[in-house]
Amino acid sequence: MTIEQINRSIDARGMPCPGPLLSLIGAIREGTVGDVIEVLSSDEGSKTDIPAWIQKARHELVAVTEEDGYTSFVIKKAR
Amino acid sequence: MDDDRLSIVLFSGTDDRLQAAATLISGAVAMGRSVDVLLQYWALDAFRADRINKDHGVSAEAGVEGAAAMRRQREREHGTWVDLLHQAKTLGEVNISACSHSMEMLELTRADLDRLVTNVHGIATFMATATGPITFI
Repeated sequence: MTIEQINRSIDARGMPCPGPLLSLIGAIREGTVGDVIEVLSSDEGSKTDIPAWIQKARHELVAVTEEDGYTSFVIKKAR
Repeated sequence: MDDDRLSIVLFSGTDDRLQAAATLISGAVAMGRSVDVLLQYWALDAFRADRINKDHGVSAEAGVEGAAAMRRQREREHGTWVDLLHQAKTLGEVNISACSHSMEMLELTRADLDRLVTNVHGIATFMATATGPITFI
């Protein structure tokens, strides 16, 4: 797996749905194409919400890692 | 008919129901859907500029445990339903209108309403846009 340089990390742990997703959308909007953003979320819904939004918004889900009590998502802004 | 529109009538003015509605609205707009909201009765009262950030209580079905859960959520400071609606408006089209009948009943003018509310509409105007199913909360 390619190690991506993380440009921005968002700690959304403890935030209820749809907080982590909205935080990601905000970061994507503020970023530039090619930026890699990490989101940490303990919200169970994020496991499907974030990939569903990435697919719809046509960005790239680089990695999903299950950690103890939360999930780490790494996303690349594709457009 | 635009299948991507979500039409919601908000009737209840308690924080639990308004939080649920704001979650639904923000999720819809995040996924690219346009949202039309009509505020009636107690929901409209909750959108008064001088009251919107106050405690609006929880619905009877929440009970004591539900009220405590809502209080805990508020104390975590992850934002209220008001913050969520402001955030939703930055993501796409969210039209929040006041029902003119409820405005008259509550003796309100536009100046009494929070800036989240952009229009006052009669029911026919709302129905002209709300071409799909209507969610009533």
